[in-house]
Amino acid sequence: MDQQLRTELSRQGIFTTTLEELYNWGRKSSVWPLTFGLACCAIEMIATTMARYDLARFGAEVFRPSPRQADLMIVAGTVTKKMAPQVVRLYNQMPEPKYVIAMGACAISGGPFKQGYNVLKGIDRYIPVDVHIPGCPPRPEALMDAFITLQKKIESQSLTGAERPRHLDPDEPSEFVVPQYGAHDLEPPKNVKLWNITLKNTPNAPCATGEDGHRKD
Amino acid sequence: MRRAPRVKMDIEKIKSAIEAAVPGASIQVVLNGSPSGQHSLLLDREHAREVARFLRDDAELRLDYCSNATGVDWLDREITEKVKVKKLVDGVEQEIEEVRKTRTPGYLEAVYHLYSMEKKHGPVVVRMRTENRTDRVTLPSLTPVWRSAEFQEREIFDLYGIVFEGHPDLRRILMWDGFEDFPMRRDYVEPNDYEYEPTAHDAVLEKAKAARAAEG
Repeated sequence: MDQQLRTELSRQGIFTTTLEELYNWGRKSSVWPLTFGLACCAIEMIATTMARYDLARFGAEVFRPSPRQADLMIVAGTVTKKMAPQVVRLYNQMPEPKYVIAMGACAISGGPFKQGYNVLKGIDRYIPVDVHIPGCPPRPEALMDAFITLQKKIESQSLTGAERPRHLDPDEPSEFVVPQYGAHDLEPPKNVKLWNITLKNTPNAPCATGEDGHRKD
Repeated sequence: MRRAPRVKMDIEKIKSAIEAAVPGASIQVVLNGSPSGQHSLLLDREHAREVARFLRDDAELRLDYCSNATGVDWLDREITEKVKVKKLVDGVEQEIEEVRKTRTPGYLEAVYHLYSMEKKHGPVVVRMRTENRTDRVTLPSLTPVWRSAEFQEREIFDLYGIVFEGHPDLRRILMWDGFEDFPMRRDYVEPNDYEYEPTAHDAVLEKAKAARAAEG
């Protein structure tokens, strides 16, 4: 149905939609995050849900205390190597469809603790991240922006074909490998299916990355 | 509100008080050349706990609060100095420069900062040193004297590998059980996960280059 006809019908008081639109509208309007904070970013996340910023306006009013009831994991804060297995395990326990927002510099890359001995250099080494928000910590507006970005992403997904979301593709994994505590580091140190970067040797850019940033999926 | 006057503790006086109270204790004063002049006392391992009890219970000192315990890793040091020596060369006395090398073996050190809540003075800094940095790394725990040292000694054990004898619950506190390294030691080799460094510079750039060379 073309857009013009729809507009014309809606002027006449007839609402038309597709199953896909209805389904995505339902999904994007009731994304329930997991009650889960790791460091100072969690304080901003809490502020986002409170009366002043009011994340509930976007359908995310209920932070679920159990991963079994949650749709969205906001990785808010520094992920230490000691905490990383628990984060991945919580993600694995969430039912599909599930999404991840990596909030703040630490969750993206390790942030100011990147070169520390006990900080994971980004949670996207172990779980697929939908939206990254930079900031230290990001303001509540930034988290809301990330949330709206996620809603747009959900809205634009088609339910069939190659572009369909992960949870509708039986070949895509729903669970990811939980790292084990090793003698010197986590084992494995990264999930190579998620975190595979192509490094290019260019003299001017000593640490060049893949063409489209750091993730290749 | 008036602040209590900061009493500068005379480290030599404390030293002689300890030596009078704890027979056989050998105390060294470690001087601090910086403007703060925060000199410290180096305790011997055998008498350390007895000395600590004295510092806590003595009516003059009453150092009832251990605010901080931390570790230091001292590597083996080789000091090269040129010394002018008079020597007989062909029957004539001449001044000849000689190069002397002195080697100080490394050790691990635990440092405690003590204050007195009652007397409002401090800090008094005490140190203990292990015999070496490899296999003889035991120190007496001061947790039986100051309860607040418990977690901090666990942290020293975790990050530096000093074993505190007499500690009630000596386990790793920050790293996981089964972790084998001591991350704050100066020869700690960290895992090679520097493959993605967007703004690498200095030491990190070197590590990023090494990580990329390893990946090929």
